[in-house]
Amino acid sequence: MVDTATKSGGYAERTARPRSSLKRLMQRKSTIAFLLTLPLILIIVTLVIYPALYAVHLATLNKSMERFVGFGNFTFLFKRETFWMVVQQSCIFAITAVVFKAVIGFFVAHFIHAIPTKGQRKWRGMLLVPWVIPPAMSTLAWFWLFDPSYSAINWLLVHMGIDPVPFLGNPYWARFSVILVNVWFGAPFFMIMYLAALKSVPDQLYEAASIDGANWWQRLWYITLPMMRNIISITVMFSLIVTFANFDIVRVLTAGGPIDSTHVFATYSFLLGIQGGDIPLGAAVSLFMVPILGVSAVFILRDITKRGNEA
Amino acid sequence: MMKAKLSRRQILATTAATAAALAMPNVRGAHAAGKVTVGFWDHWVPGANDTMTKICQEWAEKNKVEVQIDYITSQGQKNLLTAAAEMQARSGHDILALPTWQPNDKAAALEPLDDVMGELIKQNGDVNDTVKYLGRKEGHWIAVPATTGSQFKGPCSRIDLLKKHAGIDVQAMYPAGAEPQADGWDMEAFVTAAEKCHAGGNPFGIGLGVTSDSVDAVGAFFSSFGANLADEKGDIHAKSDQVREVMEFMKRLGKVLPNDSAAWDDASNNKYLVSGQGAMILNPPSAWSVAKRDVPAIAEQCWTHGMPKGPGGRFGPYLPYFWGIWEFGTNKTAAKDLLVHLSQADNVGKLVAASGGYDLPAFANLTKFDTYANAEPPRGTLYHYPDPFLQQTKSIAGAPAPANIAFQIYNQALQTKMVARYLQGEDLESVLSWAESELEGYSRS
Repeated sequence: MVDTATKSGGYAERTARPRSSLKRLMQRKSTIAFLLTLPLILIIVTLVIYPALYAVHLATLNKSMERFVGFGNFTFLFKRETFWMVVQQSCIFAITAVVFKAVIGFFVAHFIHAIPTKGQRKWRGMLLVPWVIPPAMSTLAWFWLFDPSYSAINWLLVHMGIDPVPFLGNPYWARFSVILVNVWFGAPFFMIMYLAALKSVPDQLYEAASIDGANWWQRLWYITLPMMRNIISITVMFSLIVTFANFDIVRVLTAGGPIDSTHVFATYSFLLGIQGGDIPLGAAVSLFMVPILGVSAVFILRDITKRGNEA
Repeated sequence: MMKAKLSRRQILATTAATAAALAMPNVRGAHAAGKVTVGFWDHWVPGANDTMTKICQEWAEKNKVEVQIDYITSQGQKNLLTAAAEMQARSGHDILALPTWQPNDKAAALEPLDDVMGELIKQNGDVNDTVKYLGRKEGHWIAVPATTGSQFKGPCSRIDLLKKHAGIDVQAMYPAGAEPQADGWDMEAFVTAAEKCHAGGNPFGIGLGVTSDSVDAVGAFFSSFGANLADEKGDIHAKSDQVREVMEFMKRLGKVLPNDSAAWDDASNNKYLVSGQGAMILNPPSAWSVAKRDVPAIAEQCWTHGMPKGPGGRFGPYLPYFWGIWEFGTNKTAAKDLLVHLSQADNVGKLVAASGGYDLPAFANLTKFDTYANAEPPRGTLYHYPDPFLQQTKSIAGAPAPANIAFQIYNQALQTKMVARYLQGEDLESVLSWAESELEGYSRS
């Protein structure tokens, strides 16, 4: 056995080299990082990239999915009045909701930050409740509050001598209602992100500003906001994407009605594709979000990179 | 090489084993004829699914077939998603319950069922034109009308409130066990009664939303006025005199409906009746069933009856369900046999009874089950639900347009949106032009 081992020493050396290079490869940080992220990459490829590419493929087919029509579905949509109404509503819905979520989140984060540390945890927990309840469930509760015939809010209004409000029956009130529920659901996310950002601003900056005689507004404008710019940009972009793609709130609350006045891309896509059996047209509607979100992502992220370079 | 030498015992044993093996195909085990997988609609009536399972099991035992049943809910359109996914994947159940428009939409992947329907029509009588319109494609049956889930959405009226506010005795008009006396029950009488009930504080509860109850109801009014938005050839008639006439009628009616009716879903009218506010809704007997359970005093005052007559005839909102067999199904012969079994008169009777009279068979000879006649309170309340004297045309919104156009009229709730737009102050010409443009879009192939 010893002889054999000695004689085969040359072979062992030859084979040891690749093994050691494999070992070196495995010890590299980039390799370990890649392997650790591999499960996530696989999930994203399977559940995000493949369906996205399949949606692109579907959007290029005719209604019966037998023929390639190129951009035919998109040119068809561009001629539909209802589609442009959906585009307009999606933009109104997403932009209004994100602005309100950001503003409310910003101020609530400041209020929480101002509370002594001892009592903060309770408030943080309570204010996060809307965000941790699955939106389909919480929206159902809102539906009961707005219910056409049995609205709890209207019950209160009537008892106060005020006429009941058709929250879901009037186009303007229905738009208001879906935006309100989206803000209620999403504002805690902004609040917690901004609170984390506020906590990372060094106290010395505020102390120095106070010594220089800066008032509350000047401290906010010259210290807090510049220090939070990146986190504000990222949260706004993230929320814009999620809000544009919202489905459950509109679906549960109004199903796009009345008279299509609350449809957003996702609900209109579902109506055409799944309920209406026109899957290619539904896929085309859902893909219409991509350029809008892509352009906004480029602008927002470019700004972040610029600031990063400045730093 | 070893020399094989068989003893007499070995030869006998080998011969017996071979004979047994050759005879095996004729041995009928518990599931000798394979397996059938079925996706039925998940019935909302407690116990209805159990009856369906029992009927299928009886057939399975008799035919030595294993039946696997999944009950798929229509909540959140889960049944539509399942149908779309199975058609895309070309894999899934052998039999699938298909809501109203799905057979035509999924026709390319469905097994022709002319043989099954031929046999069933011979046994149970003919089916109405709406079932033929929805269940056939290019002259061939592609689905069998299902008892489970099929429904008629005629008026369910409050006996006391109609008498009090409008002076109408619905029980005299539609007496239990006898032919209707409803010659005077026309659109003018209907809208006048709606106005009086509204003035009396108990409006009619008819939705103008986008879900099926609203679409079915408004679609029946359009049909009653002969206001077809598109004809059989697909030619658009959104600006016809009949359409203008029905729009004026709907405006008059809409003014006396609850002011949020444009936001109503399929639960709203049920709740409106059960709460005691509504004098009439257009719905299957589900609202009455809920009232019977929760508010018996209101159930005692409910009477289900026929639709009013319009210039184009007496049309009632009808929503049939179907059972289809995928052409990629693995046991189509057994699946066809099961569908025939489910539509046998005694089994249909059991399904109707299990649903408390909600399910409505499509065949002409299956409209006089005891369940309808004996339902109470009050006794006979559902007698006229299946239209036992065939005085109404069971219609579907969007018909008689070609199915691909009609499906979009229905799915996108075009008629209710037209009415809602007109009621909210939009000019009639503008509403009709918008509808015309939408209809042009629905024609795409």
